[in-house]
Amino acid sequence: MTDMRYLAPQTLDEAVGAYAAAAGAARILAGGTDLLVQMRSGMVKPGLIVDIKKIAEMTAVEQTADGGFRVGAAVSGAALAEHPTFGQVWPGVLEGFNLIGSTQVQGRASMGGNLCNGSPAADSVPALVAAGAVVTVQGPDGRRELKVEDVPAGPGKTNLKPGEILVSFTLPPRPKGSGDAYLRMIPRTEMDIAVVGVGVSLTLENGVCTAARVGLGAVAPTVLLVEDAAKALIGSKLDDAALDAAAAACSAACRPIDDKRGTIAYRTKVAGVLLKRTAAIAAERAKGN
Amino acid sequence: MAKIHVTTTINGDPTEFLCDPADSMLDALRGPLGLTGAKEGCGTGDCGACSITVDGRLVCSCLMLAAEAEGHEIATIEGMAEGEKLHPLQQKFLELAALQCGICTPGVLVAAKSLLERNPDPSETEVRYWLAGNLCRCTGYDKIVRAVMETAAEMREAAR
Repeated sequence: MTDMRYLAPQTLDEAVGAYAAAAGAARILAGGTDLLVQMRSGMVKPGLIVDIKKIAEMTAVEQTADGGFRVGAAVSGAALAEHPTFGQVWPGVLEGFNLIGSTQVQGRASMGGNLCNGSPAADSVPALVAAGAVVTVQGPDGRRELKVEDVPAGPGKTNLKPGEILVSFTLPPRPKGSGDAYLRMIPRTEMDIAVVGVGVSLTLENGVCTAARVGLGAVAPTVLLVEDAAKALIGSKLDDAALDAAAAACSAACRPIDDKRGTIAYRTKVAGVLLKRTAAIAAERAKGN
Repeated sequence: MAKIHVTTTINGDPTEFLCDPADSMLDALRGPLGLTGAKEGCGTGDCGACSITVDGRLVCSCLMLAAEAEGHEIATIEGMAEGEKLHPLQQKFLELAALQCGICTPGVLVAAKSLLERNPDPSETEVRYWLAGNLCRCTGYDKIVRAVMETAAEMREAAR
């Protein structure tokens, strides 16, 4: 433990250089709410910590030229909640992110860390998948973009290449009549890990759903994009038949584990129930926009 | 391994200290800095006994590296009273006996102060959710919540 080094570079190039040079012995520090716990338990023993919070791009929230948002990978939940407009445009993304941990954890935890930690139950991820968010990563070979749903590779694993660092999330502009929402099922009211999490983003025109995306968490080795659920919603007026079909698609997509939080049968059923509830909230918000 | 030299501000005082790269902020506070108000309950960010603020933002000092304090403003429970004059929250916790063993109390007070700075008129639900990351195994929380609500009311009255 004592032979660990700590670096807090000011530039991304410096961070990528140090991270890549450490060849797998380094860990990225954003909020540290997962990393420090893992270090303490002995699960990880990094030779180098690269603290990315002194890099301006990592902690910035910006409106993009086309009306979308760019959120730095290390922006905390508390900081994003204080942004004047982000939560109005993407309330589902914000509520998913803000469900992670306590007030204290929100002061530090980041969406970049939540995604790269690779938990299938990561609360910020289903709504980001539903939002169609894209991440920018930078590595020794330069920059590239990935869809959020393509980042997780399995529990604790990502598809980032060696030396690559997640820099930011880009969320697309919102057409009129759009809304999103995130709901999770937990056995208590606060401070728990999702048994099922559902993110829905949709657009309504004259009551008809013209676009939809559904992200499903905690029911498979990775957070899933459920295209069949979206197809069931698109073209409908979100009537019972469409919602039943979308719920069935969510249940069909489940490949969950049995554990102390929920059985396979329970998670599979709840995935469908939550889809309906989440879609109803997203639709209500869409009508107000 | 070389120690890291950290320059920071703690409770308004410019401060320098040395730490190991792997030391948590809580290690630094309770060790070289001699500020033992923040407690280690769980060490994993679940209990809130180590709560401090960094640039006004409530965090668990056990989930922060000491080296990260460089250039930031840290506030701990030791900075809450002004000399002998207790903060209204501290006074009210005594009056209402909102503590028993006291281990969680510094963290609860730091967290409650942070809430009232942002929201001087919180509902009971807001108080309970804000303090959900501060575990207390003695009080059952009711007296804590009541003390925070009453302090908020008195501070609003005093500010008129």
